Amino acid sequence: MTSPSATQYGKTSPLIRLILSAFLIVWIVLAAFPFLWTLWGSFKVEADFFSKVDWTFALSGERTIAETGSAFTGAGYYGAWVQEEFWRAALNTMIVTFFVVIISLTLGTLGGYALSRSGFRYTFWILIAALVFRAMPHITLVSGYLLPFFELNIWGILPTTIVVLVAINQPFTLWMLHSFFLNIPKDLDESALVDGCTRFQAFRHVIVPVMWPGVITTGLFSFLLAYNDFAITTMLLSQDNQTMVPKIGSFLGTTQVQGNVMFAVAAVVSATAPLFILVLFFQRQIVSGLTAGAVKG
Amino acid sequence: MPHRAFFWFILPSALAMLLFIAVPIASVVIQSVHIEHPKVMEEVETCGPFNCTTEMRVDAEATAKLKQAEPLGKFIGLETYFNRNHLAIDSVKTQWQQRDGFFSFVRGLYNLPFYKALSFTLVYTFVVTPLVIVLGFMIALAVNSIPKILRGPAIFVSLLPMIVTPLIGSLVLFWMVDANGVLGSAIQRIFDDPNLSLKASPPLTWIMLLVYGVWHSAPFAFVVFYAGLQTVPQDTLESAMIDGASRWERIRFVVLPHSAPLVTFVGLIQLMDNFRVFEPIVGFNASASATSLSWIIFNDLFGQQQLFGSAAATSLLTILGVCILLMPVLIRTWRQNNRVVA
Repeated sequence: MTSPSATQYGKTSPLIRLILSAFLIVWIVLAAFPFLWTLWGSFKVEADFFSKVDWTFALSGERTIAETGSAFTGAGYYGAWVQEEFWRAALNTMIVTFFVVIISLTLGTLGGYALSRSGFRYTFWILIAALVFRAMPHITLVSGYLLPFFELNIWGILPTTIVVLVAINQPFTLWMLHSFFLNIPKDLDESALVDGCTRFQAFRHVIVPVMWPGVITTGLFSFLLAYNDFAITTMLLSQDNQTMVPKIGSFLGTTQVQGNVMFAVAAVVSATAPLFILVLFFQRQIVSGLTAGAVKG
Repeated sequence: MPHRAFFWFILPSALAMLLFIAVPIASVVIQSVHIEHPKVMEEVETCGPFNCTTEMRVDAEATAKLKQAEPLGKFIGLETYFNRNHLAIDSVKTQWQQRDGFFSFVRGLYNLPFYKALSFTLVYTFVVTPLVIVLGFMIALAVNSIPKILRGPAIFVSLLPMIVTPLIGSLVLFWMVDANGVLGSAIQRIFDDPNLSLKASPPLTWIMLLVYGVWHSAPFAFVVFYAGLQTVPQDTLESAMIDGASRWERIRFVVLPHSAPLVTFVGLIQLMDNFRVFEPIVGFNASASATSLSWIIFNDLFGQQQLFGSAAATSLLTILGVCILLMPVLIRTWRQNNRVVA
């Protein structure tokens, strides 16, 4: 018995493997280089990162040395975090993502569990409705929110945005947890029911202890949605309450004029760092999460 | 699960979706048949030392009062849908009557904001989606053929373009293709044209956005196909090899049929996500040459004068587009579901 990879290697000609490897190297460079370049460049001054003279200045830091005396400078970071108060945006992002993840998962596990355990026809329609909701461009919903939120005077604050992000996230969360709960044998909670538990007790004592792998995976995607959102946070948060992504968006307008592009570059690198760490630690969960829906069909 | 228990379990989630997805859509419908009140003008006479002039001025108080009374604005029915900024029925009609040749008609349509946005949105959706599927499949094949120990790092790097915030990803690329950025200056050197700028030319901007779209979404397709490749039935592969199938034939007759459902899945998700293309246009600052449906809604809502009616009408037309896009999938699922029950 040969291992799967061995069988696939079996008759692959060296030429094909060479082509595949070359292709892969090109892709890896395409995927990684922009981030490495921006990370490196964020420690330079603008005259180097956007060098009019010679692109190699961005590597050697010619102008950076001339202006600051060292090949690396933290000026962009100082400007973004201290001068432009990016720390406030980072704090807001932490608050928003934390609550969005917690609330989405709470609602999603309850709903997903119910959908996976009910054999009635309406579960199918709820899932289809969720699929259609999932397809709505977020900005179309925003145009429905703005006027009512202005009227109710709840525009611009973090809780409103959190609730909206939770709701927008629900269709996806429901689908994912639904397919995850389908994989947990029904016998497990049904035997608890036979033993005299109520539905909720069975869920609480039998399902909750075994659901964490699926919940963590779903939580990662809820986190990404809340963290990466631009349309909703830009439109629903006031200037003071902005999270990181809309803050970077507003940098674009102001800093380009003032010649502080490096502030935006530093802010972009700062906002990307947590995502790198996330992928580093949760790669396996992200991969399994992306495929969970697919393999089911 | 009995109806009662089901109801209580699903209630919080259903309530959230109802209140913040279904109700807003209803609100969009209502807003789209109203229009903002015009500013109430009043005539003011200002007298200087030499003469008196009368000028029109906005009566802020009266405007506010009017807004308070009818926050939705004035009811105008479907007018917004047909005006020049949306379906532009009149302009389209005259252009059709005066057309000389199909292409000039299309070019005329492109000058209308809604059709301009629609054309980019559709091109983006239907160019990026197939390319993402092809590129993703190729990366999956390539990663699957390298030694196991290298696969982890390869997957890590491959995930990055997808995980990173779309706005940030497009900014990172935008700075590189800037005329003074590393790629921008390289392109200038290759074509020996110091004035070549990707930002200045509409076709190049479109290409740049499409390339970004493929770069951003290919990892998703890759991961799905890669996982699919892990479950390709090994027995079938081996028997195909024994029968003398070449690598290409094995891919064509074993791997591809196995991955067909995955292609549908990736295609569906990509159609939905690409149709809402928005962040790259902001990130690449490309709105002069390329707009999308999402972008014109954003543009209506953002800024001093918020055009709720106009944004709502575009939103509804966009939602209609989404429904048309999803129609084949919905019909198929509905048929399958009926067959199971029957």
